[in-house]
Amino acid sequence: MSKPSDLVQGTLDMLILKILALEPLNGWAISQRLKQISSNVLGVSDGSLYPALHKLQHRGWIRAEWKPSENNRRAKFYSLTRVGRQQLEKETANWNRVSAAISGIVQLKEA
Amino acid sequence: MDIQQWLYSMPARFRSLFHSNQVDQEMKEELREHLDQQIKENIARGMSAEEARRMAVRAMGGITQIEQQCRDARGGNLLEDFVQDLRYGFRQLLRNPGFSVLAILCLTLGTGANAVVFSWVEGILFRPYPLVAHQERLFALAGTARGETGATELSWSDFQDLRRSCTMCEDAFVSKITGSTLSVGDHAETARGSIVSANYFNAIGVRPVLGRGFDTSEDLGSDSHPVVVISYDLWRDRYKSDPNIIGRMQRFNNVPHTIIGVAPRGFYGTFVGWAMQFWVPASMEETFESGGYKLESRDERWIEAYVRLKPGVTRKQAQQELSAIGARLATDYPATNRGRNFAIWTLWETPFNNARTLLPTLEVMVAVVAFVLLIACANVANLLLVRSFTRRHEMSIRLAIGASRVRLLKQLLTEGLILAALGTTSGLVVAYWCRHALALLLPRRSGVAMYLPGQIDARVMALSVGLCLLVTLIVGFFPALHTRKLDLAGPLKAESAGVVGARGRAWVRSGLVVFQVSLSFVLLVGAALLLESLEKIRTTSPGFTTTSVVTTGVSLVAAGYDEQRAKTFQDELIDRLSALPGVESAAFARVTPLGYGTYSSTPIAVDGYQPSLEEQPALEYNQVGPSYFSTMGIPLFSGREFTRADDENAPLVAIVNRTMVARYWKGEDPLGRRLQVKGRWVRIVGVVADSKYESMREATKPFFYVPLRQDFVRGPALNIRTHLPLPAVSATLVREVHALDANLAVYEMITLQEQVNRSTSPQLVAVTLVSILGGLALLLAGVGLYGVMSYAVAQSTKELGLRMALGAGAANLLRLVISRGLRLTAGGLVFGFMAALALTKLLAKLLYSVSPHDPMVFASALAVMTITATSACLLPAWRASRTDPARVLRD
Repeated sequence: MSKPSDLVQGTLDMLILKILALEPLNGWAISQRLKQISSNVLGVSDGSLYPALHKLQHRGWIRAEWKPSENNRRAKFYSLTRVGRQQLEKETANWNRVSAAISGIVQLKEA
Repeated sequence: MDIQQWLYSMPARFRSLFHSNQVDQEMKEELREHLDQQIKENIARGMSAEEARRMAVRAMGGITQIEQQCRDARGGNLLEDFVQDLRYGFRQLLRNPGFSVLAILCLTLGTGANAVVFSWVEGILFRPYPLVAHQERLFALAGTARGETGATELSWSDFQDLRRSCTMCEDAFVSKITGSTLSVGDHAETARGSIVSANYFNAIGVRPVLGRGFDTSEDLGSDSHPVVVISYDLWRDRYKSDPNIIGRMQRFNNVPHTIIGVAPRGFYGTFVGWAMQFWVPASMEETFESGGYKLESRDERWIEAYVRLKPGVTRKQAQQELSAIGARLATDYPATNRGRNFAIWTLWETPFNNARTLLPTLEVMVAVVAFVLLIACANVANLLLVRSFTRRHEMSIRLAIGASRVRLLKQLLTEGLILAALGTTSGLVVAYWCRHALALLLPRRSGVAMYLPGQIDARVMALSVGLCLLVTLIVGFFPALHTRKLDLAGPLKAESAGVVGARGRAWVRSGLVVFQVSLSFVLLVGAALLLESLEKIRTTSPGFTTTSVVTTGVSLVAAGYDEQRAKTFQDELIDRLSALPGVESAAFARVTPLGYGTYSSTPIAVDGYQPSLEEQPALEYNQVGPSYFSTMGIPLFSGREFTRADDENAPLVAIVNRTMVARYWKGEDPLGRRLQVKGRWVRIVGVVADSKYESMREATKPFFYVPLRQDFVRGPALNIRTHLPLPAVSATLVREVHALDANLAVYEMITLQEQVNRSTSPQLVAVTLVSILGGLALLLAGVGLYGVMSYAVAQSTKELGLRMALGAGAANLLRLVISRGLRLTAGGLVFGFMAALALTKLLAKLLYSVSPHDPMVFASALAVMTITATSACLLPAWRASRTDPARVLRD
């Protein structure tokens, strides 16, 4: 069982919320989208995606419903709830603050 | 989690809890869908179907693990896991019904014993008075006197002054137990009631269901308000729930009373030990109190009372204020109140009812049942531990397929919880049945059982639930300890705990047995000490004859006799009785020793004795008739007995006991010396032996007697020395009394031995209860030891077979197993011995002339424990000796 690195662990939730903020998707599509936009850098395994989805659903941030997929099979589509949207805003703001601070430190010139 | 998010998360949580199968199915479908897509994509990339599938599965990681992670991710899943664990736990219990029943029985015993004792403590000590409001602020009120230990009664005037001046008291009320013969129709019986102040029903917040309580003025005057409130039970049983009862006349103590109210159902008054049946106002005091005290007299003390403090006032603050009031009264009325004061006690220390006598017993019981519960827990933990060995396979597999250790722990605790909850529930049922059982252990008086109800209220329930959780932790802990050592390869390894070696995991089980043995030993020692002490009490001479003397009384006060009539009657009755064949002598006395009555007490002054400045000598004394000492069999050392001639017209005289001679006359013969009693000088005419006065456990104390005629009471006890059997004496007495006055009733007649037995009944209760529980504890420990040894033998048949094949005889194996069992026992005995040495001191209050460290008692407990342990090991040992080496080695 592969575990994502700590950084990804913390941000995976935010990435999923962000992806779902654009449009409702099923699990497969989310995994494809993750790979696309992160250009495979983050290396999110499918193994950690589904537990994360279930966790988010149980926190009330996303909801799921069964709908026919593109190839006309039943698929579970996830979409963002209102509290999920608020959570995304909170996490994005947080991320921006932290990443700005880190990049500030990383760019310090050595004396 | 804020409320909004919580609302949004509800649907998912709800579904996973109640439709867990469906949710699980959907999850699997979702994962399959993902896998299919991946395979399709892989095929599109040009892989073979076979390879596409393999790669897809590898990309995902183990499906089963992901499934489990998803389950775990669902909101932590506490509740869902719990429900699942519950279902699983119940299935486990049903699979092993024998085990489950045994475990639940053990826990029922432990929690039940605790719940019963809690219900007694609650119903007798903490909340003894059903329907009475705010008992947590209620305190018993009585007096103190310098030079006397314990409580004295109060005078009505002092009580009134206190009630007026106390700012910290919400209210104060009088409640003094009394009795009356009650004839309704042609059926007469004794009824118990209380003399109360007029504010009684208001103060305790009890409204009569019919009629009214007392008016404020009804406790004033002398015998001026013959009104009575009766209990619901009396109304129902004796008046057939007559709806027109109010206003009806009923004779109490031969005085017609108007029934003005019926108390609500379930209200039994304010006296621990007896259910009250009627209440009369204090103005009727002279009708109901044998002392015939006057309300307005400050030195006539008869009141027992309660105060309810205002919210937030502590007992200490209130006591300070009461002491100040008492000190002021002592200055204002030095003649009657010097050296006297007020004191309050918590309800469970109430000095004037059975709370005080039962308190030490119940204290010990709380400790004893805690022991029993621990022993029961150890047994169940042992049972669970055995089962956890047999379940190692299952546990290892669950670990292997992805269950976390925390999850396994939860599972084990849940199973413990199921057992504990079932045990506690049935324990509470047992407690409900036994809640009134305490009264059964105490002697009846005049054919009436005591009223000592246990209460199973919210507090007792809460405590039981708390115990249930504690039990869960204890019994769940040991198997859980075991999972720590579980590894995935576990099922492949074989467990072998040798009979002799017993290392490794067996030490937990052995430890539990050692623990059980030591606790049982402590209980055994406790029971043996109490038994020994009761034996000593019952065989020690109280200083008077107990076998051929009976004691009773005649209802002169109730029949309305005045002093003169009572004197004439008493003389005539003694003459008639003494003339009867079979009766040696008969004598009246105000109080029969060791009875319920309280002695008169007085400050004394002694000719030639100079008390130190602080000392205010005060003694108790008894008013006795002619030939009292020969009737009672109390030896006379010098001087003479009282005679008929020592009447109200003769010079005042007294007889003292030897301890008094030693204390006040330095052992010199006091005949002819003077003593001041109640302010009057009396002359000593005799010296008698010391005896027991109020309790078999009291130390010898100075005491004296005055002639009944010179300090008269109308309702003394009658003692008769005779060799006739009790029923014959009783019939004779009734005949003689009725010959004098057919309206008189004779009270219950008992031998003095019975009187002694009754006075030691708290000890009997303690002995009975501790013996029962000690016996059960012994049984549990025996079962525990048996279990451990049986298991050890069953586990090591191979070793035993080998030993046998190598030449060990059956006797060797028998000895081997028994000696191992006895080693465990010996370990337990060492700890038990130390614990008992430390703990038996707690019994000191219940012991009589037995040291808490009595070597004989310890030795016999040791013997009993060893015998029990040996017999517990016999069967496993016998089984070991029957091992068939050929078969074992073949297997």
